[in-house]
Amino acid sequence: MAIKDYLRERFFPHIWCPGCGHGIVLNSLLRTIEKLGMSKNEIVMVSGIGCSSRISGYVDFHTLHTIHGRALAFATGVKMSLPELNVIVPMGDGDALAIGGNHFIHAARRNIDLTAIIMNNRIYGMTGGQYSPLSGYGTMATTAPYTNIDHDFDIAELAMAAGATFVARSTTYHVQQLTKILKQAILHEGFSVVEVLSQCPTYFGRKNQMGSAADMMEYYKNNTTSIGSKAKKENPDLIERGVFVEKEMPEYCSEYDKIIERAMA
Amino acid sequence: MKRENIKFIQGNEACVEGALYAGLDFFAGYPITPSTEITELLSYRLPRKGGKFIQMEDEIASMSAIIGASLTGSKVMTATSGPGFSLMQEALGYAIMTEIPCVIVNVQRGGPSTGIPTHVSQGDVYQARWGTHGDHAIVTITASNHQDVFETTVDAFNISETYRTPVILLYDEVVGHTRERLIVPEQGELPLVERLRTSVREGVDYHPYLPREDGRLPMSDFGGVHRYNVTGLFHDMWGFPSDNPKIVHDLLRHLVDKIQNNVNQIARFKEYYLEDAECILISYGSSARSANHVVVSRRPRGERLGLLELQTLWPFPYDLVREKCANAKYVVVVEMNMGQILQEVRKAVDRPEKVFLANRIDGVFITPTDIRNILRVIQGKGV
Amino acid sequence: MAKPKLKEHVINREWCKGCGICVHFCPKDVLELDDADKVFAARRSDCICCKMCELRCPDLAIEIEIEEDGQ
Repeated sequence: MAIKDYLRERFFPHIWCPGCGHGIVLNSLLRTIEKLGMSKNEIVMVSGIGCSSRISGYVDFHTLHTIHGRALAFATGVKMSLPELNVIVPMGDGDALAIGGNHFIHAARRNIDLTAIIMNNRIYGMTGGQYSPLSGYGTMATTAPYTNIDHDFDIAELAMAAGATFVARSTTYHVQQLTKILKQAILHEGFSVVEVLSQCPTYFGRKNQMGSAADMMEYYKNNTTSIGSKAKKENPDLIERGVFVEKEMPEYCSEYDKIIERAMA
Repeated sequence: MKRENIKFIQGNEACVEGALYAGLDFFAGYPITPSTEITELLSYRLPRKGGKFIQMEDEIASMSAIIGASLTGSKVMTATSGPGFSLMQEALGYAIMTEIPCVIVNVQRGGPSTGIPTHVSQGDVYQARWGTHGDHAIVTITASNHQDVFETTVDAFNISETYRTPVILLYDEVVGHTRERLIVPEQGELPLVERLRTSVREGVDYHPYLPREDGRLPMSDFGGVHRYNVTGLFHDMWGFPSDNPKIVHDLLRHLVDKIQNNVNQIARFKEYYLEDAECILISYGSSARSANHVVVSRRPRGERLGLLELQTLWPFPYDLVREKCANAKYVVVVEMNMGQILQEVRKAVDRPEKVFLANRIDGVFITPTDIRNILRVIQGKGV
Repeated sequence: MAKPKLKEHVINREWCKGCGICVHFCPKDVLELDDADKVFAARRSDCICCKMCELRCPDLAIEIEIEEDGQ
């Protein structure tokens, strides 16, 4: 596989559980990068803390494994000081939207050219299965033993409201769509958000009796639909997949370059 | 000296001048009294020399952003005060663990908590040392006047690049907001240390965390020819996570030893009349200005006072302090907190029972009169 | 373009964790897990080279090698 060239193979087999969706995201992401023909030296991957964020250790790019929730802030520093770099920021749902929620909002607001990949498995996996802001009402987790009373929210809506100029969602089942969306996201000059509905069969799956990894992917196959489809109109509970917004707005680093021009004049 | 090099400015601005002189490329900050002027001035000055400024959404993001920028090869700085400094601790620990050069300015105000934003204290000394979790070493430098603020700022960048460590500039509200003269030296007058970059060629294995024989760790910019991993986990010489006991032990020792073993190289201080001093005042930051005044005004009256003004607070120069105080009858530490450097001085000297504290903790700047009154009490003369 | 002709299911048994995703989603039921919980091509000739197993494998442990057809 040509994509193996992008791996730090000596660390394989990786630490993710059998059937973990994050491996599928890694798979799709590498195919995207291969399709784009990007050079390894131009890519910086910045991740936070959690199972999702371990992805950066497995890829042969410039990799920055930071602290919980702050990947986008580190990435902002990287990108702003060297805008030629292609900065990809994979994070977990808790990492990006709980502790990292504030940085998520502001990175989107600035429309800085980063590609945020939210590997949403609706749980804090690495610490043993606590609920995350994306777990959802009524689910079970180690810190919600009587069922979760927290409601989740729509990451795509949040991203759009905050100003992200590319927002999309896919799942670990829909790998071909995922690869296409990741390509668009990386090419997009501005803040891109790709939410990937992923599975944690070990904790979320078991606690909520969702079966095997394949069963959880079947769930994503059967409970998602294309944006604005007839199925969605008939069943509003379906989760929409696809590109929600893709628009051209001034990108933060180029805006700042204009500031420098003015200041130096 | 050129006319335009003479400035009448706040200490915060002197710090900005020093940072720009040292080659600051990237600043990320957040407004907080009494450091805001640094952030504002840099938003204006940095882009004028092609540098980059960003106001982040909070101090955590500011500290994180400068670390990211430093990895691409930039000289970086952030500035804050107590509450913001508290927020920065985790990311500061990350920079320590990953050995990434950066400068953090804390213009101290009254604390704890929101405290007293527009008034002075020196309450963050121990926080600078131990604010972030885990065993670690840190470099912390302060100054009492604007010329020293300028020079210690340049020095901070130099130390940061030399030892691949964050350096904290621990100023205070009085120094930050007082206006006095600064003479900006010409480029080339003060030495600048540039980042040591690896000479390992492309395609050859580069180890970001393997010290050279001289102890230094050559860096490689993100985006360059060497791809490696940076993580806050304990890591091997390639930067990959490890919980191997030998690796953990050796890395921790390295992080601490690289600073602690260089105490003498990092120590900055000024001394006044120490040779024959009976009573030595030890002070730092704006307190040292009042302490200095006491010494200078009492000397002509025959009182054998001396002043040891510390600029490097951490690593604390125990040997230096012991040596300088060896012949004194007693030592009085002058600071605006409840006795932080006091405790370090007590650890340093041969007779800790002879070390006293002259302090002020009410947000009001400690005056020479305050110090004189406390000296009289210590000397048994009452008020 | 000619239909791709299967050369081999290249399976990395060290990387395969036996999660069963490829087995479950194979449209032609080609794959199975053996006694060691590693995937193998039980019905090799039924494979249509859709590569969905390769695309969906979380461990990058299976690759569908296509016969070079001179195009």
